[in-house]
Amino acid sequence: MVDAARSDLRAYAVLAWMWIRVSLTYRTSFAIMTIGQFLITGLDFVAILVMFSNVDSLGGFSLAEIAFLYGGSALCLGCADLVLGNIERLGQRIRMGTFDVMLVRPVSAYIQMCADQFALRRLGRITQAGVVFAWAIVALDIDWTWARVAMIPYLVVFGTVIFLALFTIGAAVQFWTSDASELANAFTYGGSTLAEYPMTIYPLEAVKALTFVLPLTFVNWYPSLFILDKPDPLGLPSAVQFAAPVAAAVLSLAAATCWRAGIRRYRSTGS
Amino acid sequence: MRATVSLWFAVAKRSFRRYSTYRAATLAGIFTNSVFGIIICFVYIAVWSENPGAGGYDAKDAVTYAWLGQAMIMTVAVWNGGATDDLAARIKTGDVAIDLYRPVSLLGWYLASDLGRALYHLLTRGLAPTLVGAALFDLRYPADLLLSVQFAIAVVLAVTVSFGVRMLVSASAFWLLDDTGVKHLAAIFAMFFSGLTVPLVLFPGWTGDLATVLPWASYLQVPADIWLGKHPGTDAWAALAFQAAWTIALLWLCHLVLGLANRKVVVQGG
Repeated sequence: MVDAARSDLRAYAVLAWMWIRVSLTYRTSFAIMTIGQFLITGLDFVAILVMFSNVDSLGGFSLAEIAFLYGGSALCLGCADLVLGNIERLGQRIRMGTFDVMLVRPVSAYIQMCADQFALRRLGRITQAGVVFAWAIVALDIDWTWARVAMIPYLVVFGTVIFLALFTIGAAVQFWTSDASELANAFTYGGSTLAEYPMTIYPLEAVKALTFVLPLTFVNWYPSLFILDKPDPLGLPSAVQFAAPVAAAVLSLAAATCWRAGIRRYRSTGS
Repeated sequence: MRATVSLWFAVAKRSFRRYSTYRAATLAGIFTNSVFGIIICFVYIAVWSENPGAGGYDAKDAVTYAWLGQAMIMTVAVWNGGATDDLAARIKTGDVAIDLYRPVSLLGWYLASDLGRALYHLLTRGLAPTLVGAALFDLRYPADLLLSVQFAIAVVLAVTVSFGVRMLVSASAFWLLDDTGVKHLAAIFAMFFSGLTVPLVLFPGWTGDLATVLPWASYLQVPADIWLGKHPGTDAWAALAFQAAWTIALLWLCHLVLGLANRKVVVQGG
């Protein structure tokens, strides 16, 4: 099991490194695309700044606090996107018949799909999110304790895993409907957009659903409440607020099940 | 002339049908637009409950604006795509040579094709999320028939302005061969200055004044303001004239650029 995981990781690294070398062949194009990613995701935050030129707080959260939520959410999405962003092209590969090639290679098809056209330019998005996150941490007067410090890597790691699982589920769905790749966007990019704002602006029922059905509140909301020392609008017991690893594990299990079911069902294209 | 017009109709009709084959993709897109529409609505409701008159809108205007925005994303192809992407691909492969020696204007052909696509996207990706929005939120509707007609004209002009911009982006492939970088940049401008990420009425000070005279204002802000009745009386016609002026300017520029490309550029492989 450990050996298998190690060889999978090795294969992923080799494939990703190959794609990095490919992208560095066209250096100018690579630079433009990375800066482009930085700017395009940066405008997301400029939009929040524009809103704050009209208001002083949103849902009881100040600009710096929303920047913290935004940075956390965007960072997790960015990391997940870097690791397996192109998995959403599965449908395209199925239609073109090129997915078959991956199945006959001696590396797991999932690893190959994750590393497919690995795009280092996505560091642009991660950098942008990191800058906003760092600014928020500096701008906010946080009462730092060891637990709060530890909560930051906890937020990034489990938030990323939650998005990795959502990306995987979105891709696996394409084994059934190969041209519905956009469906996944509602959960990945939609989920990240949703998590950029405080849950206090959404109806309570929606927040409950986002905690117990589609656990997006565990990406950054509950860790942020703990770091910022804010009350939970749902008033849940604090054990629930620290359940991000559980949410990540459940979603990962669901993702693995979906992917395996999809692979088993796959019968290639053709008439 | 009649032959040309009937050709354009034929091209538009086939383009409409071509897009209508991807049913699952359309349904998935409608779902995604609806999810984003709902999220944006709650954000706007939070903004307008904090500042009830922000940008001269009330909360109902803002919520309506959110759904109009979702309806226009695909219709005006804010993220690029549509007929102009086909052209860029054909420039890259060299197939554009065939387009260039057809006895009809390249611009007219692609515009017709893009209008066909836009109509399909309006009827599916435009209409369906709006119905979802209408079911979930209290929306504002055009006050009278005249406003509805003016809105319809504004949507057509929004597509032609965006076509002009996208055509220029694609034509850059004549010189650059790969238009990916330019396309990225164009999408950033379109996203932001169309008022899709945040309504242009909220832009502070001179940035708002600047954004409202740029071509991208035609994509969403102008049609939305007509729908919401923010242009009383003859102002609506002035807003439409603004869009028409950008359409003419951009199509004329496209015409010049394509002429230049025709003379200066050696088609790939030739």
